[in-house]
Amino acid sequence: MTAATLETAAATPARRIPMGRAIVYGVVLAIGLVLATAPFLFPDVRSQEVAARICIFIVLVASYDLLIGYTGIVSFAHTMFFGLGAYATAIALKTMGPGFDAILLGGALGVLAALVLAILIGLLSLRVKAIFFAMVTLAAASVMLVLASQLSDFTGGEDGITYDIPRFFAPANKLFEDADGKVVRLFGVALNGRLALYYFVFVTALVLFVLMLRIVRSPLGTVLEAIRENEMRAEAIGYRVVAYRTAIFCIAAVIAAIAGILRAVWLKYTGPEVALSFAIMIDILLMVVIGGMGTIVGAVIGVVIMTLAQFYLKDLMEVAAHATADVPLLPDLLNPERWLLWLGVLFILLVYFFPAGIAGTLIGKGGHK
Amino acid sequence: MKALSANIERFGGVYLLPVALAVIAFVLIAQPSTWVTLTVAGLAMGMMIFLMASGLSLIFGLMDVLNFGHSAFVSFGAFVAASVLAAMASWVHGESAALNLLALMLAIAAATALGAALGWFFERVIVKPVYKDHLRQILITMGALIVAEQLILAIWGGVPIPVPRPRVLEGSVVIGNVAIETYRIFAFVLGALVYAALHLVLNRTRVGLLIRAGVENREMVEALGFRIDRLFIAVFMAGSALAAMGGAMWAGYQSLITPALGAELMILVFIVVIIGGLGSIEGSLLGAIMVGLVANYVAFLFPKMALASNMILMMAILLWRPFGLKPAVKG
Amino acid sequence: MNAILRLDDVHTDIGQYHILHGVSLDVPEGGVHVLLGRNGAGKTTTLRTIMGLWRARRGTIIFRERVITAMRTPDISRLGIAYVPENMGIFGGLTIEENMRLATANGSFDKGRLDRVMALFPAMEKFWGKQAYALSGGQKQMLAISRAIIEKRDVILIDEPTKGLAPSIIRAMIDAFRDIARDTTILLVEQNFLFAKALGSTVAVIDDGRIVHRGGMAELAADTALQTRLLSLSLEAH
Repeated sequence: MTAATLETAAATPARRIPMGRAIVYGVVLAIGLVLATAPFLFPDVRSQEVAARICIFIVLVASYDLLIGYTGIVSFAHTMFFGLGAYATAIALKTMGPGFDAILLGGALGVLAALVLAILIGLLSLRVKAIFFAMVTLAAASVMLVLASQLSDFTGGEDGITYDIPRFFAPANKLFEDADGKVVRLFGVALNGRLALYYFVFVTALVLFVLMLRIVRSPLGTVLEAIRENEMRAEAIGYRVVAYRTAIFCIAAVIAAIAGILRAVWLKYTGPEVALSFAIMIDILLMVVIGGMGTIVGAVIGVVIMTLAQFYLKDLMEVAAHATADVPLLPDLLNPERWLLWLGVLFILLVYFFPAGIAGTLIGKGGHK
Repeated sequence: MKALSANIERFGGVYLLPVALAVIAFVLIAQPSTWVTLTVAGLAMGMMIFLMASGLSLIFGLMDVLNFGHSAFVSFGAFVAASVLAAMASWVHGESAALNLLALMLAIAAATALGAALGWFFERVIVKPVYKDHLRQILITMGALIVAEQLILAIWGGVPIPVPRPRVLEGSVVIGNVAIETYRIFAFVLGALVYAALHLVLNRTRVGLLIRAGVENREMVEALGFRIDRLFIAVFMAGSALAAMGGAMWAGYQSLITPALGAELMILVFIVVIIGGLGSIEGSLLGAIMVGLVANYVAFLFPKMALASNMILMMAILLWRPFGLKPAVKG
Repeated sequence: MNAILRLDDVHTDIGQYHILHGVSLDVPEGGVHVLLGRNGAGKTTTLRTIMGLWRARRGTIIFRERVITAMRTPDISRLGIAYVPENMGIFGGLTIEENMRLATANGSFDKGRLDRVMALFPAMEKFWGKQAYALSGGQKQMLAISRAIIEKRDVILIDEPTKGLAPSIIRAMIDAFRDIARDTTILLVEQNFLFAKALGSTVAVIDDGRIVHRGGMAELAADTALQTRLLSLSLEAH
């Protein structure tokens, strides 16, 4: 490298910001392409499970980012809304039988319930300190979790509910038949109902994600950022802070509930572990912080990293636990079941040193300080 | 109406709420002996939760720090107490009442001491770097809670652990046709003693005066020449120690504990401080007693509503008084 | 005249805002010294920077030959500097007695000083055991000042003590300040020129984070042209 190029590199630090931005958007676009073609790239069932999970969580985490990243308020009730969408759909499918009408009605009821609860919680506790809000949502979410396990007549309790989904989505459904009545294959992949289900999840997720990108680039997003940066000033300028916060809380809740519908339809099973547990809330928090608060696109990166880590970190710990089998306590700490311990440590370090997350750091904005 | 509210104020104001609760419950339950049993159970539970909540409330009031990891101290207290009691099985089950109680006291003391030590570590390492930044504070203390819970799982395993109860505190005291568990009386008395001690420290000592002043206006306390950071550590350690003490008491009360205990109690503790108002131990006591009573009455009257009932109680009180029943005076 | 407190080219930022742009100020020992200036000129920031409540980014603050720029607020306070903030900093939930007891070095009152405070502000004695939030605005201000003088202090920094007070109370304040200034140096931030004129021996005018005038209060009071120039700058803006 010549002295001259060094000098230009040093003199134009602003150049690096578009560079980081390009990397982030490039990665996100690449992930999007992989997800769009996932059934053809990774035809095995397990990989499709992972791809669908990633799609659903991107929506869930991005909707949480709307809240935490663009208003600076912390809610622990996001899985509650997710669970409402999932449970309402599941109960409708169970009682009405496998039809699109059940998904539509159940989903609508779930979204409505999420909206009403969000309005109630928002108006009740967004008036007071942000820290109250975190406590109230945590309490509300725990109550919902207990209710789900106690009202077992409706929810199946700890065991959850299994049900059928419309036949259109079944693997046996042939979307296209060839002359012999066999399912048509494209690049060796059967064009069956399972594929249709994946694309149902993918396209819905994509639409919601683009919608959220539009929301934060709209005047609403600008107002929210103004409120986050300086609440008092925003209030003084004349923005009704409580109204805006309640609005974004409701939007986030509704999108989370829709993500819940996707989850319920994809899994054909809904229970506390997959739709309501506190572990999911922690996953969401980790994903949004790793990806980068206040960026929306960070959600994509956070979800992918966390999901892959959940698979591979466990394997790594398994190896480490065996290697240290003779040392006291260490194998217990390295037990794959303790992987949350290390994620917790990682989380703390991230919040200390990279509060802007991966996308936030690269883009050079977002985050909270 | 005005005269009525003035009268209510004169006879204790919001402190009458638990009494009103007890009266309503008496009418609904309609069996005096059951009512007495439930009331005592509610008071005992309230006192234990008070131990856990008072620290959280004071820490928030003084430092503006809401420690979402507070329940980790409760869990550690419970498990350490269980381990100590298990290690002293011969004292715990022996004939000598003095040794019974000594074992229990040692268990509680060990839990409390560990709570203080962990509190020191927590304040220095986890919380101090993020003072004044609520978002990161919530996230970091939440991360610390995850780590703490996982550590408990790693150390004590995931299976429920039995907690031996000292022989002298087993069984019940029978008065007429009412049977009251001895341990509940013990829990209530210990809680009341701690409350009295806290009240004295806060109202009769110089440190207490500084804490009360600090809750109102930290900057002015510094401008008057006092190191507020030292006060922070002291209060954080004391609050954590109280939480661990509450956890130890709770372990003895439940006689079977699981690592999920901290998370379950944290919800109750949050509800208590929201109801009571942040920053005052009077508020914490009031909130804890109400939550304890409601939990026990409702568990008897409408078993499936137990936790939801406290949530409803919290919502109602938030609507009525957004800052809780007895928040600390600010400014 | 010897300066008890000296600021030399002090720069202070609050967040992203640059508030003090090099304040240089000598506060002579003894008497009342007034810092005048319009809203937002940097008066409060100057006091808070002296007190260590905000950190100076550049420059030095010297108190009795000691550099206190980087010291902690409690240590600055213990050197003998008292601070009465604009909002008075009263602890509303504490009684008058507790408020004043907090300001004593070891928790006990010096009988002589207590008597003097009671003589200056009889209301303090009257409400001794009452919680301070129940006091009127003027009484709260008296409590804030009592707290600052209950121990021997070398310098008292007072931020707009007359704000919102009735004229009769202001007159009582003038007498009290004259008495306090017999053995204490007072640095007074003020917008009320009549009050400042009645008390001040020297005056400095701050504008936009810089000292734009320094001199004796008597000269400024006599020089109407200077007054017009400085006070239209500093007072008419609001």
